[in-house]
Amino acid sequence: MAIRTEPFVLNMGPVHPSTHGVFRMRLTLDGEVVVDIEPVVGYLHRGIEKLAEERTYTGVIPLTDRLDYISSMSNNLAYVLAVEKLAGIKVPERAEYLRVIMAELQRIGNHLIATGSFFNDCGAYFTPFLHMYREREKIVDLFEMVCGQRLTYNYMRVGGVSQDIPEEFLPALDRFLEQMPRSVDEFDWFLKDNEILLTRSKGVGILTNEKAINCSITGPVLRASGVEWDLRKADPYSIYDRFEFDIPTGSAGDCYDRYRIRIEEMRQSLRIIEQAVKQMPSGPVMAEVPHLVRPPVGEAYSHIESPKGELAFYLVSDNSIAPYRCHIRPTSLMNLSAIREMVIGWKIADLMVIFGSIDICLGEVDR
Amino acid sequence: MTVALSGKEVAAKLEQQFPASIIESNEDSLLVKSESLFELVSFLKTTPDLEFNFLSSITGIDYFDYFEVVYHLTSMIHNHSLVVKTRCYGRENLVVPSIVSLYQGANSQEREIYDLMGISFEGHPNMKRIFLWDGFQGHPLRKDYL
Repeated sequence: MAIRTEPFVLNMGPVHPSTHGVFRMRLTLDGEVVVDIEPVVGYLHRGIEKLAEERTYTGVIPLTDRLDYISSMSNNLAYVLAVEKLAGIKVPERAEYLRVIMAELQRIGNHLIATGSFFNDCGAYFTPFLHMYREREKIVDLFEMVCGQRLTYNYMRVGGVSQDIPEEFLPALDRFLEQMPRSVDEFDWFLKDNEILLTRSKGVGILTNEKAINCSITGPVLRASGVEWDLRKADPYSIYDRFEFDIPTGSAGDCYDRYRIRIEEMRQSLRIIEQAVKQMPSGPVMAEVPHLVRPPVGEAYSHIESPKGELAFYLVSDNSIAPYRCHIRPTSLMNLSAIREMVIGWKIADLMVIFGSIDICLGEVDR
Repeated sequence: MTVALSGKEVAAKLEQQFPASIIESNEDSLLVKSESLFELVSFLKTTPDLEFNFLSSITGIDYFDYFEVVYHLTSMIHNHSLVVKTRCYGRENLVVPSIVSLYQGANSQEREIYDLMGISFEGHPNMKRIFLWDGFQGHPLRKDYL
């Protein structure tokens, strides 16, 4: 006698330990196999684009901190670059180097959380997560020295950075640069050939390169699919053309490649920081900019390679003290465009691994 | 370095194929009629010299008399970019053709513009609100929503 089966709808609700934030998925399941997935977002929608129209250009910077709240420095950088492009402001050399150092430290910090959470989703319950957070504490201590904050930094300003580094920063950064490469190597030794990781992530959630480009995916997910596209090399912003670094690219487009790329990017970021510390001159850290920035009528689109992908701000100005329109390209929402193709046909357990490997942040998805 | 293509040069290339579709072009961008948007973007995607295979972002802007939808396209093959704009006039029943069948990445962006600005995209497979709940009245990002 055949047993009658039918698919059922399960709600993986906004409150869930593995959804990296308030993200809801309506899954249609046939047993354990995912037949359909409908992502539902909007639980963290705060109307940042509307708020930005009422605040001055400098007043929008704290709002940008709360977009991808794990990597605030990158959000700040993307926004101030857009305003400077709009108003034609030139940033002093020392401020450029400080921005690059902060952005690359932020990249390492973000990848530590991304990799730690990825291992949580794979089942290595909190041990790699703990060690990676311990390394991230050193980065967060450096940021606290500079601007007094641990999560939402509000450090960059239109025309430079808000204040110069204190004298204990560079010795602490040197100690960090001496000891961090060994920590990244240790993570790699312990995790790279782990049997459970290989079984759970090799060949899982494959995304082909044509699909990735068509779905507007950027960042480590795009590079894991074999497309060598990194905005720091393809369209250098700030002073990234003065540094030597490589772009790690994968070939298989599976979750394992995305994890390997994040580890390699941490090593490349350390290379960039070392070069930046050597080359950094002394001087002012803020250009001569009026207190209320009032750019001429026009528009500007400026993008950066944030740790999660291409983060861009599109600003339209009507010569007043607040932006007329401030649109944020939501990196994480675009990275979720291909989730149906990546997940359908896999089981719920694989769904968590695939979702964790994309590395999204709900602040950026919902704004 | 990504070269931002001049709207005038690209308009000259498109004149033959799309004689009446381009409203104006300047250094930064290309303004086209919304009826021919789909064919034009399709042509930009497939022509060998242009080959814009990557959609960076779609934005909706409220200029009181009209709404403008701005498309930022990039070509990863030739490393150049282009800005294409289209307008729709009035405040109610705004429709623009959807480019979801060309770029799947447009799916969530077009839903967001429908949700927050009220511009409907014809041909979109799932034209529903994305951030706000289904019974919400109004479109918050419009300038007259207070």
